Amino acid sequence: MKQVWPIFKREFAAYFATPLAYVFIVIFLFAMGAFTFYIGSFYDKGIADLTVFFGYHPWLYLFLVPAIAMRLWAEERRTGTMELLLTLPVTIRAAVVGKFLAAWAFTGVALFLTFPIWITVNYLGSPDNGVIFASYVGSFLMAGAYLAIGSCMSATTNNQVIAFIVAVTVCFLFTVSGAPIVLDFFQGWAPLALISAVSSFSFLTHFASIAAGVIDLRDVVYFLSVIALFLTINVVVIDLKKVG
Amino acid sequence: MIEIEGLTKQFGPLAAVAGIDLAVNKGEVLGFLGPNGAGKSTTMKMVTGYLSPTSGKVRVLGHDIETDGIAARRQIGYLPEGAPAYGDMTPRQFLHFIAQVRGLRGNAAHTRITDTVAKCDLDPVLDQPIETLSKGFKRRVGLAQAILHDPPVLIMDEPTDGLDPNQKHAVRSLIRAMAPQKAIIVSTHLLEEVEAICTRAVIIDRGRIVADGTPGQLLARSKHHNAVTLTVAANDAAGIKSKLKALHDCAGVDERKLPNGIVELTAFPKSGALLIEDVSALAKNWNVKELYAEAGRLDEVFRAITTQDTARAREART
Repeated sequence: MKQVWPIFKREFAAYFATPLAYVFIVIFLFAMGAFTFYIGSFYDKGIADLTVFFGYHPWLYLFLVPAIAMRLWAEERRTGTMELLLTLPVTIRAAVVGKFLAAWAFTGVALFLTFPIWITVNYLGSPDNGVIFASYVGSFLMAGAYLAIGSCMSATTNNQVIAFIVAVTVCFLFTVSGAPIVLDFFQGWAPLALISAVSSFSFLTHFASIAAGVIDLRDVVYFLSVIALFLTINVVVIDLKKVG
Repeated sequence: MIEIEGLTKQFGPLAAVAGIDLAVNKGEVLGFLGPNGAGKSTTMKMVTGYLSPTSGKVRVLGHDIETDGIAARRQIGYLPEGAPAYGDMTPRQFLHFIAQVRGLRGNAAHTRITDTVAKCDLDPVLDQPIETLSKGFKRRVGLAQAILHDPPVLIMDEPTDGLDPNQKHAVRSLIRAMAPQKAIIVSTHLLEEVEAICTRAVIIDRGRIVADGTPGQLLARSKHHNAVTLTVAANDAAGIKSKLKALHDCAGVDERKLPNGIVELTAFPKSGALLIEDVSALAKNWNVKELYAEAGRLDEVFRAITTQDTARAREART
């Protein structure tokens, strides 16, 4: 596990060595702003909180996070550096964790750079900063879960476009599994336990509960379990590809 | 130092590697030869742990590559096919990354990097992104990465591919200089490379070893081994040819017309015999423009024991 650190450092630096980081951050911040102020009518509501702002996070992540994750493994496979990386004295697990943490830290940086909106809302009124902090934590955890799914999908292919599309699809299912679009399908015939099980998989439900201001251990554990699950599958996928 | 036992790799219906046994010792430079698609790269990928074999075992200094992979890979320096490297990094950053992953820290890392950069002549491009480098430099970055930790086992997939003759010479000198302390496997389809650096040549075809010996032993299998070639005027050719044929050790004579009324005659010896002394004794009385003996032609041996790729692809589907 000692090798996680050099892999993390290399991967994190790689974002900033290419325009990727800057393009992503600019678009992320611009989109956050546009959604909050125009579509979400932040000013018209006249309430000093960031509910509107955080409400758009799952939907923005749905497309932006797979865009970061798609290159994680697909690019290594295509350029042949995967062969280099995996023939170094590094476990697959260390490589998966190192790369994932770098991508997660990078989304953390992007998320951190939204701080002006926190300052703005404090300037405009007196919001509950505890709720906002909890929402940031929830948002970061959710981004990690999206990333883990994206990383796992990226490992299955050397084609980044395929990695992106599959990751968006899987992320979408996880996002909306608590919403009527999925639950209506089960309603009326499925036992209640199944419906609540499906709905409990929803990122939206867990994120909403954290964004309400309570960092419930169950929600934190949920997101961390999703991350652990998909990173484990990620390791297995790479291991299986060795067998050919 | 490298032991390979019964190694096979099956890709669906295709047997890419069909049972290879090989042991490589310290001081050996093993030239791994074979037509494209013969299984050279697949074998190297299994020896370095990138692919898992379908069956068989690989041990590097006693460490099994499948069950004790980390320990085994510590002992290996590997230059994969095409010398992949992270294009957005500079050679300096890249080598630091490799040093860190390999557990080299502080002064040790610094010394090894400086030493390797000097050996591979990377100084002029140390701070340019790797993706902007010429093919020759990229290849040397890959080589630098492989020898950075001074590994006892070095495995290189076509290390001189894409290099110009000067660079090839430099890389070969480097390999020769490291050879006594290491076990080295080099794949190539440049036959002159085998003669230049290898102490042992293994030819594989359709995933099997079809020849294994010193380059000299392989050359001895060539029809041209110890053959004597002389160039004479066309008028004298018929007479000389019959005299050559009459020699006790001569198995046959080939005749090739060159421009300007010159004929090239090649006398082939009977197996194990030497012709050069007899021929040169006779040649004193003839008007001979050139006379030389051949060591043999590796490409001839290569063609004789390997198959065309189309035939191979057909047969490999079991």
